Amino acid sequence: MNAFTSLSVAMFKASIRDKAALFFTFMFPLMFLVVFALLSGVKLASNVEIAVVGDSRVVAALQNSEGVNIQRIKESSSAIDMLRDGKVAAIVVSQGDTIDVRYANGDRAETGPALAKISDAIASANLGAGTTPPKYAVRQKPIEETAFEPIQYLTPGILSWGVSTAAVFSSALTLVAWRRKQVLRRIQLAPIGRGSVLSSRLLLSVVIALLQAVLFVAVATLPVFGLKLSNQWWLAIPLLILGTLAFFSVGMLLGAICKTEDSVTGAANLVVLPMALLAGSFFPIDKAPDWVKLITNALPLRHMNEGMLDVLVRGKGFDALVLPGSVLIGFTLVVSAIAAVSFRWEDK
Amino acid sequence: MRADGPAIVVSDIRKSYGDLRAVDGVSFTVAEGEFFGLLGPNGAGKSTTLEIIEGLRKPDSGSVRILGESPWPRNPALLPKMGVQLQASSFFERLTSKEQLQTFGSLYGVSRAAAVDMLELVGLTDKADVQENNLSGGQRQRLSIACALAHDPEIVFLDEPTAALDPQARRNLWDVLRAIQARGKTIVYTTHHLDEAEILCDRVAVVDKGRVMAMGAPAWLVRKLDAQTQVIVEHGTVTVEIARNLPGADKVIDDGVSVIIATNDAGLTIKALGELDALNKAQVRTATLEDVFLHLTGRAYRE
Repeated sequence: MNAFTSLSVAMFKASIRDKAALFFTFMFPLMFLVVFALLSGVKLASNVEIAVVGDSRVVAALQNSEGVNIQRIKESSSAIDMLRDGKVAAIVVSQGDTIDVRYANGDRAETGPALAKISDAIASANLGAGTTPPKYAVRQKPIEETAFEPIQYLTPGILSWGVSTAAVFSSALTLVAWRRKQVLRRIQLAPIGRGSVLSSRLLLSVVIALLQAVLFVAVATLPVFGLKLSNQWWLAIPLLILGTLAFFSVGMLLGAICKTEDSVTGAANLVVLPMALLAGSFFPIDKAPDWVKLITNALPLRHMNEGMLDVLVRGKGFDALVLPGSVLIGFTLVVSAIAAVSFRWEDK
Repeated sequence: MRADGPAIVVSDIRKSYGDLRAVDGVSFTVAEGEFFGLLGPNGAGKSTTLEIIEGLRKPDSGSVRILGESPWPRNPALLPKMGVQLQASSFFERLTSKEQLQTFGSLYGVSRAAAVDMLELVGLTDKADVQENNLSGGQRQRLSIACALAHDPEIVFLDEPTAALDPQARRNLWDVLRAIQARGKTIVYTTHHLDEAEILCDRVAVVDKGRVMAMGAPAWLVRKLDAQTQVIVEHGTVTVEIARNLPGADKVIDDGVSVIIATNDAGLTIKALGELDALNKAQVRTATLEDVFLHLTGRAYRE
């Protein structure tokens, strides 16, 4: 075995023997998935915005429901524009006894509660009319083809977060541990290219990221969760690799700066957690103020999230990889350049 | 030039950190197959000297030649000929003894089987499948030496291999070090155990404050000191007065357990004691490297 293979094998063995790290790499993101899948079913406290075209008992019932703000609109086309812009969560078009309910793709948290309010209003209007069969016929359909269950947008987000966390932490901890235990100096004293050492460690991170994705998607597609993958799901593989590269370089930078395992763990948490929250890995950030959105667009995780959502769930093609891919590559180049400058073989 | 040339030539190397002169003009030569000790207290500059020789640090001035080549800047042709054990036990995480050796060996392109042979040399064959963090201090130290030897280097550098070991583990390690020398390796090692250096090394350099205070075979250094020998006999065998009048005797102390006779001529003193039939359970304590150090630096040696 050459040095590259041997190092890769050694590090792979070491990582599967580290039970705590295995848990945080593989089980922790799954726990988040379960928690957020449960939470997303809970009614949100804020009022939901619903656009209404036309009038009927259903509209009246909707107007009387708590937690609903009605916006009366003349034209259904302008109502659909409002829906597209995220200004309302759903539209109710009332024409005679037919009620058309339209809603946006489910990556908006308020869609579920809005639809629940509408179906309550329809039920109460039918009850008021007292006819059999029910007076109001309902046609419900999203403005785009696919309807999203919460699992559909939770999976790409939490998976991206899980991959980024594992890549940052494991690479940063390896670098700090190797420097502190002088393994780096041993490597310096061996006739081996530094590239083999770095690339074997990177290979490990990529393998772990792909394993994470397989396990995570396998669990999310269980009937309990009900994730439906797009036909383009395999486009997620290059994205996972590029994301791992980007966050591996963050780990290398943190590992270059920090001296102890404790300090690097703290630093990695400080970077990864706020980034995951701002990037919308756990919940959508559509409602965030514009300045927050500006920040999130600068975050590599945000682009990884979006890209994963596009290819895993929305079924978009290769085009959807261009922006996130470019951002991740650019980010990797900049951060790894800084990491290379900050790199130290030993503690002074 | 390799055939007869020295393994290591160090010429007047210097290294300062700010105002601290860590290494202040150190020169020495190590022959092939020699067991050479750099000894002195902590902070004497031993480790920095070793790191400069290994090529991990650039000296401010002076030069190093290993097998005729310079170790600085990083010299990939030279690296396979050197085996380095670092002060800390540096291992990969969560690998067994066997895997550590194979992994370190692979950095030098050594076959897995050859690397594992080293386990036998250091007496860890039965610990092959034990993870490094479950080994005792002494076993871990022996494993780290085995890792330094995994690629069968010509010169072995060991930095404080016996530090922090209990007496039994230290003695086990001495056997390992002798076995390595028996294989024809050149060994350069640092220690702050003067007694150990005296037993193991062919030659030592006594280092203090970045300078070589003395160099040579331990026995020669001690003899050159021309120090008094202590002859110790059981309390009650001779009186202090009699002892003081023995040929060669200088100071005499009776501590209630032993009568300690410092003598300038141990031969004469012992002969006289023998005539008095006072040699039952007698001990002779000659000067040690510790006395050499005390003499050279004017202060007692602190480990």
